[in-house]
Parts: sequence; C-alpha cells; structure tokens
Amino acid sequence: MSDLITVQNLTLQFRTDEGLITAVEDVSFRVRKGEVMGLVGESGSGKSVTAKALMHLNAKNAVYTPESKIILHTDEGDLDVLSLRKAADMKVVRGGAISMIFQEPMASFAPAISIGKQMVEQLMLHSDMTKKQARSHSIEMLDRVGISDPHKRVDQFAFELSGGMRQRAMIAMALSTNPKLLIADEPTTALDVTIQAQVIDLMHDLVKEFDMGIIFITHDLGVVAQTCDYVSVMYLGRLIEKGPVREVIRDPRHPYTQGLIDALPKLDELDKPLTPIPGDIPSPLERPKGCVFNTRCSKIVGDVCMNDLPRDVQVDPVHRVACHIYNEEGQA
Amino acid sequence: MSKDVLIKARGLSVGFQIGKGLFDKRVLKAVDKVDVDIEAGSFFGLVGESGSGKTTLGRAFLKAVPITDGTATYDDGEVSYDLGGLDGAELKDYRKRAQLIFQDPYAALSPRMTVRDIIAEPLEVMGLTKSREETDARVREIAAKCRLNLEHLRRFPHAFSGGQRQRISIARALVSGPKFVVADESVAALDVSIQADVLNLLKELQRDLGITFMFISHDLSVVAHTCDHVAVMYLGRLVESAPTMELFKAPRHPYTKALFSAIPSLDPDDDSSAQKLEGEIPSPTNQPSGCKFHTRCPFVQDRCKSEEPKLEHADGSGHEVACHRWKELMETAAL
Repeated sequence: MSDLITVQNLTLQFRTDEGLITAVEDVSFRVRKGEVMGLVGESGSGKSVTAKALMHLNAKNAVYTPESKIILHTDEGDLDVLSLRKAADMKVVRGGAISMIFQEPMASFAPAISIGKQMVEQLMLHSDMTKKQARSHSIEMLDRVGISDPHKRVDQFAFELSGGMRQRAMIAMALSTNPKLLIADEPTTALDVTIQAQVIDLMHDLVKEFDMGIIFITHDLGVVAQTCDYVSVMYLGRLIEKGPVREVIRDPRHPYTQGLIDALPKLDELDKPLTPIPGDIPSPLERPKGCVFNTRCSKIVGDVCMNDLPRDVQVDPVHRVACHIYNEEGQA
Repeated sequence: MSKDVLIKARGLSVGFQIGKGLFDKRVLKAVDKVDVDIEAGSFFGLVGESGSGKTTLGRAFLKAVPITDGTATYDDGEVSYDLGGLDGAELKDYRKRAQLIFQDPYAALSPRMTVRDIIAEPLEVMGLTKSREETDARVREIAAKCRLNLEHLRRFPHAFSGGQRQRISIARALVSGPKFVVADESVAALDVSIQADVLNLLKELQRDLGITFMFISHDLSVVAHTCDHVAVMYLGRLVESAPTMELFKAPRHPYTKALFSAIPSLDPDDDSSAQKLEGEIPSPTNQPSGCKFHTRCPFVQDRCKSEEPKLEHADGSGHEVACHRWKELMETAAL
C-alpha cells in the first residue's frame, strides 16, 4: 500500500496572551491508502488540532516549528502542506485531496441553505462539473450513503433530517469530491448506538469502495476496535503509543493506554469495579516536565520520568511506545 | 425481603400539545402509560435512544413537567406525596427531597459565582440554614463527601476540569439532603478516564447517604456497571425492565438485544453484526400503531402491527417485558 500522507515531527504552538501554548509536540505518523488510522485521546490531547494541521486549518495564531513536516503524496508528486500560502493552492488540499467531517452535523451544515445547494457549491469549486452534473452527482452520493428518497432529500434543509441522516449527508458531501484522505473528527459521538453501528458499517464499505485513507478521531476505544486498522494514542499533545489496532488494544504497553482500557466499562466484567486514571489531564499551560503523563502515572520508574522525555521505542515490529519502562530494545 | 418503594408510577403519561390552532389538538406523547417501581436505596437505570422519553420520565418524577395522565407517588417513610397534584408548601418540601444532576457540567454552573456560592445557593433559596456559619459548614461537609478540595471553594468554575465541575454539580444537587436524585446523562460529557471516577463517586454517595438514584443514560455499558435495576424505554413506553445482571444475561425484548449488539466491542475480531437495527426511531409525533418497535423489529408479525403488547412478568424475578413473542423467541433461541 502506498503512503498517502506523512507527518513528521509536527510541533504546533498557539500564541496567546499567556505566552506560547504547546498543543502538539513532535508527532509523527503516516496514513496509507485504504487504511483507517484511529487517533485516540481525551479532550485536550491535541487530536483535533493535529487533524486540522493536515489541512492547514488552524487559527492564525498557530506557530509551526521549522522541523514540522506534513507531506501529502499525490499522483503529481509530493506536496508540503505547511508551506502553502495562497488560497488557490490551499484548495488542492482542502476539499480536494482531503475532506473532513465533524462531530456535530447540525453545526456543520448551513441551516438556511438546502443540503443539495451546499453539495453543489463545493463540487463547483473543486471540479469541472456543470451545475446539472453536480446536482445529479450529489443525488447519487446521497443514495450511496443510504439516504432513502435522495431526489427529495437533496432539496431539504439540515433541520429536516434526523441526526443519523445528517451525518450520512455530511459523509456524502465530504466524499463527493473524491478525496484521497478523509478526516473524521468524532463522527459518531453525537449519535445513538444503533445509528453509530450503521455509520461505522457505512464507513467500512466506503474505504473499500473509494480506496482512500481515513483518519478517525475518537475517544471511544470500542469504536476504534471496530473501525480502525492502526491506532495512535495521544496525550497532552504527544503521541505516546502507536501500532496495529489488535496489538494496541489487546496488549497496550503505555500505562496511559492501559489505564484508558481499564477505565472502560465492559459488559463481560460487570462485577469488577471501574478503575479511573487518577487526577485530571493537566492544563496545556502547566505542561509537566519530563514525561507528560507523569502527574497521573501509576508506574513511575524513577526521577527519569520527571526529568527526561521518554524516547519512542519499538516494542514489536510496528508497535511503538514512548515510555521509560522500556529500554532501547523495547524490553520492560 | 421486599424493599420499600420510593417512587411508584402507574399508567404515567406526559404529553405536550403541539397543535397550534383551536381545533388542532395534536399531542406529542413523550411518556406513554409507564408503570414503574423504584426501590428505596437502589440505583435505577433508564436507557433508550434519543427521543425515547427517558429524560421526560425523569423530569416527571421531579415534577418538572406536568403529568397528563396516570399517577406517580413518592413515599420515603417520612412523607408521601402524590406528584400529580403537588403544589405550594408540599412542592417546596418535595424540591428539597428530589434533585437533578445535569449532563453538561460546563453549562450547569454559573461562571460568575464561586464554587462555595454555587453549592450554597440551594440552601439559601430553600432557607434550610439559619446562619452563614451553618451554611458554610454544610457546604464544606458535602464538598468533602464529593471529594472536592476545600481550598478550591473560593475559586470560579472556569478554573476546573470537566470531572471536577461534575463533582461540583453533584455537591450542589446533594447539599439539601435529597432522598431521590435523577442523574440525567451525568457522565456523557466526560472523558473515559474521568467518567469512571464520577461513577464510583455516585455509587459511594448512594451507599453512604442512602440516596436513591435514577440514572438516565444512553450508554449501556455504563448503566451495566452502576445500576442495580435497568429499564429500557422506546418511544415513550417501557419495553423491558429487570435487575441488571438478569437483563444483560438474558435480554428478552428484541430492542434490548439489538441495543446490546450495537455497542462497539473492544475486540477487533468480534463481528457481532448479527442483529443490527435497520432504520431510526420514528418521530414521536407520528407513532406507529400496535407495538411501537414493529417498524424496526426483525421478528415482526401481523399481530405486532395492530395490538400493543403489555408489560408482563418474564421468567426471572423482577424481570418484565413488553413483547408478544418473547416466550416463543426465547424457546426457539432466536434471541
């Protein structure tokens, strides 16, 4: 499988009145064609900011370090997203090579413009279609994502659709420009479980059909287990563990990932009490020195956790973790 | 031993008029003829999709929405009230005894009040304390029980994380010493690592203070871990109700079963797509006839479309189900 996007040493800070706030620090990963990569973490872990960086969508006060690289591999050659400055160039990435769907579909559709009009508008911007072609393509896409009566729905407004319908329409809109990479930011969080299951199934089918890559941002490890091929776990702006979904979920190596899985209520272990991770995620203004997780970690090995950043070590061929428990060879 | 029933509902209905004209008397039935007993000291879970009426049922028990039909009674041994006709001094007294914890701890706390004032406000409004010293003492006591740092009482809510804020909302709800607390999606807005902590706290408070909780949630695994008894709602009706273990081991209603199989499993190889539900919950303004679940039920028959099933006793103790075919489905092991 060929690489779609490569992120190298991404460090992103926001300039604020309180000084520079680090939101993402030294994050590297890649996504390949036909692959779903899960980006997991709590609120404040920097997962959404990372995703927005891929489309150069962060606010004006965002500062990227010179080492940060986001390379988009297209058929026409490699493209450094962060070096793009002109709006016209940006269009190649935003809505062109990369599309994004958001958590709250009601907030992502304009309330006073019909679904169809919004779909047609972006197709006209990103392709050579005529208005008529764009409209019939939109109807086709709505049909593809399982919306019944697409001819009627296309002229309806977002408020006329149910939550699950809206998210389907959002997916149809994001895919209509035939992107190489789809970023889905908590696409099922606002939906009921039964509808969530339907949307997950749909996304599975679409990856195969369109042969694209998906970055699936979520805080729900159950959803990750059911959707993703690879998973990257973030905490306070750092990528602390990454690997194939089976390995990471069955044999998590980082104390944070282990804690996340233990904190999850499981239906087959009803008698066991829930074990929360003690404390709260620190404010980005008070980033701990050393390992970012040291304020809540139950497996501190010594002063090294307080003072030194853990190196990213390989514990299995493709499974990497950043924790002082493991030595250079990946042994505990 | 049969326990005392704290909240008892019989044929409880809540409707909202949606028709606008003089002759347009359309009513949206959010809760439809619900019978339920909540035992004193229990942790009662209520689950269902959005639009199932679970929040409205919780609010009916708090007398925050008008009860249009049926009865709901509250009896804690000291006093007993018929919630339908409650008003005046009795209603004021009931407010002290029944409280609500909200979903979003970011929206529920006034940003312009200190934590101390937020927690003290119910005491002051209800006139439960006589002096400032007494109020302070009560606030500190409940804050300590909710594991809040007492030094933080002078701060404003913005300085706290989601988990801490939810502990502040809990302290505020509990400061008047309620016997009955409705927790409406109280952990839904929290991160997993924090969620477990708040759930453990609620359990602890239930044990230590003898509070009866009604826990409303859409997350079945959370409910499974916290509640003693679980009721499942669909379009305003109770479709199944059973002790937690019983319900999760042997769900009898096809809807309950489908809800369970929709929970994403932590095992990546577990492909439990066996009973995925098609379609969505119908609009409450346009409800199906007969069994309300028949539009999505994989086991639907003609009878289901015309005749509404009653909640009847199922095999286990305290297990009730409203389905025409539960017995048959159980015997053929279709469920």
